[in-house]
Amino acid sequence: MSTHTSLQDRNRETRIFFGRAVVAGLVVIALMLTLVGRMAHLQIVNHQHYSTLSQQNRVRVVPVPPTRGLIYDRNGVVLAENRPSFRLVITPEQVQDLNATLTALGEIIELDESDLTRFHQLRTRQRRFEEVPLKVRLSEEEIAALAINRHRFPGVEVRAQLTRHYPLGEEAVHAIGYVGRINAQELQRIDRSNYAGTTHIGKTGIERYYEDRLHGKVGLERVETNASGRAIRVLERTPPIPGEDIYLTLDIELQRAAEAALEGETGAIVAMEPSTGEVLAFVSNPTFDPNLFVNGIDIDVFRELQSDRRRPLFNRALRGQYPPGSTTKPIVALAALENGTIGAEERVFCRGFYTLPGQDHRYRCWNRSGHGATNLTDALVESCDVWFYEVAFDLGIDAMSSFMEPFNFGRPTGIDLIGESRGILPSREWKRQARGEGWFHGETIINSIGQGFNLATPTQLAYSTAIIANRGYRVPPRLLLGSRAPGEAKIQPVDPDYSQPPIVLQNPAHWDDIIKGMELSITGARGTARRISRNLSYTVAGKTGTSQVFSLAQDQEYDAEALARELHNHALFVAFAPIENPRIAVAVIVEHGGGGGSVAAPVARQVLDAYLLRDENDAE
Amino acid sequence: MLSRGPSNTTFLKQTWIQRNLHLDETLLGPLLILALAGLAVLYSAFDQNIDAINRQIIRLGIAFGVMLVLAQIPPTTLRRWAPWLFAVSVATLVAVLFIGVEGKGAKRWLDFGVFRFQPSEVMKIALPMMVAWYLSRYPLPPNWKQIAISLFIVLVPTALIIRQPDLGTSLLVAASGLFVLYLAGLRLRYMIGAAIAIVGSAPLLWYFGMHDYQRQRVLTFLNPERDPLGAGYHIIQSKIALGSGGTYGKGWLNGTQSHLEFLPERHTDFVFAVLGEEFGLFGVILLLLLYAFIIGRGLFIAVNAQDSFSRLLAGSLSLTFFVYIFVNAGMVSGLLPVVGLPLPLISYGGTSMVTLMAAFGILMSIHTHRRMWSS
Repeated sequence: MSTHTSLQDRNRETRIFFGRAVVAGLVVIALMLTLVGRMAHLQIVNHQHYSTLSQQNRVRVVPVPPTRGLIYDRNGVVLAENRPSFRLVITPEQVQDLNATLTALGEIIELDESDLTRFHQLRTRQRRFEEVPLKVRLSEEEIAALAINRHRFPGVEVRAQLTRHYPLGEEAVHAIGYVGRINAQELQRIDRSNYAGTTHIGKTGIERYYEDRLHGKVGLERVETNASGRAIRVLERTPPIPGEDIYLTLDIELQRAAEAALEGETGAIVAMEPSTGEVLAFVSNPTFDPNLFVNGIDIDVFRELQSDRRRPLFNRALRGQYPPGSTTKPIVALAALENGTIGAEERVFCRGFYTLPGQDHRYRCWNRSGHGATNLTDALVESCDVWFYEVAFDLGIDAMSSFMEPFNFGRPTGIDLIGESRGILPSREWKRQARGEGWFHGETIINSIGQGFNLATPTQLAYSTAIIANRGYRVPPRLLLGSRAPGEAKIQPVDPDYSQPPIVLQNPAHWDDIIKGMELSITGARGTARRISRNLSYTVAGKTGTSQVFSLAQDQEYDAEALARELHNHALFVAFAPIENPRIAVAVIVEHGGGGGSVAAPVARQVLDAYLLRDENDAE
Repeated sequence: MLSRGPSNTTFLKQTWIQRNLHLDETLLGPLLILALAGLAVLYSAFDQNIDAINRQIIRLGIAFGVMLVLAQIPPTTLRRWAPWLFAVSVATLVAVLFIGVEGKGAKRWLDFGVFRFQPSEVMKIALPMMVAWYLSRYPLPPNWKQIAISLFIVLVPTALIIRQPDLGTSLLVAASGLFVLYLAGLRLRYMIGAAIAIVGSAPLLWYFGMHDYQRQRVLTFLNPERDPLGAGYHIIQSKIALGSGGTYGKGWLNGTQSHLEFLPERHTDFVFAVLGEEFGLFGVILLLLLYAFIIGRGLFIAVNAQDSFSRLLAGSLSLTFFVYIFVNAGMVSGLLPVVGLPLPLISYGGTSMVTLMAAFGILMSIHTHRRMWSS
């Protein structure tokens, strides 16, 4: 390439660039003029308009919180409602001397230390020009006194507000849950626009799980305010959309009966309808008053609740994990029948203990003198441990745990509450992953009587019992019966979840074998739950369980008298009734209650009676 | 032919400062005035908090220091470095995706313990350098193959920055690259074709390529007043601030919108509204004139540069500077959607200021390292 053409190229490039730069410069000038035009439009043409908005203290957009949906039980009894309450609020930016104002207010109404502490706490978190509550639940006298003195306090207002109230107090708390003030963590999670006017949010239970439905959608008002920030008139209003009303599957009468049956004990009861999965009663005892939490719980009261050794805040029905003990025996027996390990009439000789081949460790039966020759029915009726030890050894852990899995052990039932525990269904695989160890034969043995690594929640036990009642059909437990959209009269029901594949036995008669054993454990002369058989007017199938909290040494006797209460065995009982057409399945656990037959079974009987005999009582 | 014979010095008149410090007074003067004006506005926006102003002065010092350093590096050196700087910048952008530090919902920083480093900022300079380096190797205007490769060079860092996500910066980075293409003489018909393609594909994307919630987001983005409690709140308040300022403003330190804290982000992205409220249209026009002068000087430097690389780079940096101003002022006045970009040299904060001043350092270097032509 010659210097000449290269120079020509350069000239051409320079020319092109110059042209481009000039065009760009012109575009820049044009856009700058557009900006100036826009600014002139705002600052000269519309100056008056914006000046008004600014000078006379602006239009404010005020969010209007939606009314929270109500919660009912299945029969329409109100479980959670909204009550009007009055509270005193201060907009700190509009108060000349905050301390003087607080002192003066303290002379008119009673302000205690905790009101002031909370006020100062909230004040640091609030946005500017927002109202900070000073005192909630004002009395009539206080409202009157404030109204007279109102002129003295610019920036101080009495506001009416709807506050969540739980009319039943301590009842069904662990299912319903409660609402509380939105905290910093929740602030990250929620849609801030939609919660702009909302102060409370579901913290636990149904209130939390169905928060989205219960809350509704925020509305807003454009308000013209005067120089001191008081609203003069509403210019425009978009009404809020209230939350949905929720109907629970709970039957509050049954819930009450169940809570009464467990009175004074720590423990849990879960009762459900096997065919639909509807949870009829959901009890965790002891309980507490959710109304304490709604407007910020007093710190001392909260400490007391938290440090209570009986742990009232702990949701045992949902999160309590217990060794299921003998309550899982019917399922283990079913596994053995299905796998052909043993026939229903085949007998095992129980001499009070069992030893693994080639070992001398004695695995004891609860009955030290032995049950003698025992068949499957006897084994369930008398809860003979040795029968299960023998059978389990032949069956093996793999067959046992894979058979139990569809009964929903070791995984959440999917009930509509947050924080459900999954329990533990031990298996070779589980132990390798959880403990990094291999499996021992001895573990298979104790696994067969629901001890060892086994853990299950009361909800899981109720569900597995419901599956037996249904003879394999699985409808998971749930608390939501239906919901009603705002303004609608009709309740939109929720369909039961029929998506789970049923458990199909090779020989369906095996269901009858174990159910017969469960029935005779109550009505049989030697049944472990025979004490609840008096005056039974319906058929029941059940199974007792007693789970060890404390392991005994090889030759030690379990002596309740000598042991501290915390080391007493847990008492369990699962049952369903009537056998022909199961209407209710129930799981009861009484912590440190002692024997399943003596303590837990009578509790379950009261629940079954309350539900099944109610119609008869009503008729009388 | 180039020579530096002393006999030719008369061809190129340079002042003492240009020759020895490699600074351009004509650019430096307005920049200093801007910085001082910015401090005054911030002093008001911060409710006369002198600590914040001191911090800003330190940042300004650092930024001007960076400018001084870059002005010493001859454009030939910058040109040699361009591909390497670009490669390193892309690598750090990729690193941000994996080991970046989160802040305000976006992953933008690499944490080196003592300080945090934001690779997307470097890209604002590295990308135009790269495209300018690439295109200046061939005769201009570029052919379609060179255009395609340039577009690819632009696309990679832009996509990486959108992923962080940082819409404002990705917009600037993409613009800085595309400006180089435009200045290199990209044919008009290509530009019209691209515009038609974008406008034409938008409805398709809208109806077939988006979920309903995404459409809602776009609508709120385009018209924030749809959401008066969220995104729209800023715009409503900043329009009130500007509009109530009127012709001459409410006076320094007297803006009610800003001092009663109605105006959010008043130290950073919305500082323009504070200026508009307190100094009125008069102040706004003065500020825009200053900016226009700086952009004009930048284009003048570009036109007078002696090689393609310098020309393209200087032109792109000047036009990118304008994008800052237009997007920020357009956003604050409700003309454009809300995109988080600071107002150059006025907004509080250091990172983007350093990059900006680095760009001005490059402009000064280009202008003061010119050589003499002999005939």
